Amino acid sequence: MAITADSRSQFHVLAVDDSLIDRKLIERLLKTSSYQVTTVDSGSKALKFLGFQEDEQGNPDTPFGSPNNHQEVEVNLIITDYCMPGMTGYDLLKKVKESSSLRNIPVVIMSSENVPSRITRCLEEGAEEFFLKPVRLSDLNRLKPHMMKTKIKNQKQEEDQEELKISEIQSDEQQQPVQPPSPQPQPESQPQPPPPPPALLLQHNNNKRKAMEEGLSPDRTRPRYNGIPTMV
Amino acid sequence: MEVGQMQRAWVEYTRSLFREGFLDAQFQQLQLLQDESNPDFVAEVVSLFFEDSERLLADLTFVLEQQNIDFKKVDAHVHQFKGSSSSIGAQRVKNDCIAFRNFCEEQNIEGCLRCLQQVKQDYYLVKSKLEALIRLEQQIVAAGGSIPMEELSS
Repeated sequence: MAITADSRSQFHVLAVDDSLIDRKLIERLLKTSSYQVTTVDSGSKALKFLGFQEDEQGNPDTPFGSPNNHQEVEVNLIITDYCMPGMTGYDLLKKVKESSSLRNIPVVIMSSENVPSRITRCLEEGAEEFFLKPVRLSDLNRLKPHMMKTKIKNQKQEEDQEELKISEIQSDEQQQPVQPPSPQPQPESQPQPPPPPPALLLQHNNNKRKAMEEGLSPDRTRPRYNGIPTMV
Repeated sequence: MEVGQMQRAWVEYTRSLFREGFLDAQFQQLQLLQDESNPDFVAEVVSLFFEDSERLLADLTFVLEQQNIDFKKVDAHVHQFKGSSSSIGAQRVKNDCIAFRNFCEEQNIEGCLRCLQQVKQDYYLVKSKLEALIRLEQQIVAAGGSIPMEELSS
């Protein structure tokens, strides 16, 4: 499937802000830019909408094996306020990036305060952009490239699953000492996605081992999101 | 008044609000987001701002009347007020909030009370200006005219 400018309206953005005024504003900004928008007023509602499960927290990498684990509603990007009561935008970002099923969704943080350490912290945690509030139409031009990336990633998801099984075997071999590290392939030039970083594989193997020790099935099925009223 | 006259009055009035610092460029952003599919966008956001502001002013007045002032609460309210005023482009209110937060950080009661009076005054002032502007817009539309947005930039 070719991705053209026309497919922009298919991009679905989840906007999170505790301020009603700012929700109205970001909704209008995104709709004017032809995106589909869902707004929620808290980080926990955002996670619910994404079908996030609390028990994922302790075991962030287990659901790798279940390919039927797609979200009911596809979200191509999350844009969230930083300063919110309860779960902050930073907390939400962390939860998304720690979740194997959600971590591919790009996250953009908005904040009214220009605090460099805060910006660095968010970018280090995996945020794609940091927007100073009030957000302007011109800022939204920076969203599209991030969404294109996920579209491509999602299309390759099936491939990824295969790739993972192969790299899992490879990683067992890599437990042998002294293997020169192979150069990282560039995603743009390679038709195949790059293998996941070693840390990920290691965690995955550990989890698998743990799961086997405890006699649990690693492909637990996870209930999907349903029944939350939304404003799409 | 005929439509052309009202439109000229609208342009003049809007310009004066920017010139006198009641509103800043963010308000223009709101105006840009209003179109045929969303003819009441500015009025909607502005009325949300009124509701929000009046609740925050009441809360601030209450907190600052207490024997032991909870400055964290004061700061949280002012932070919200600063956010909403900057989102709609109410520049004077936003600037008052910045000064307010500084006094709050110093736990300066006198300073906080002075800021509360100032922000109240500036809020009610910009409220009446915005109400007048929106009334004029509604009159223009009711008379079959359109809001001459493009003339603002010339």
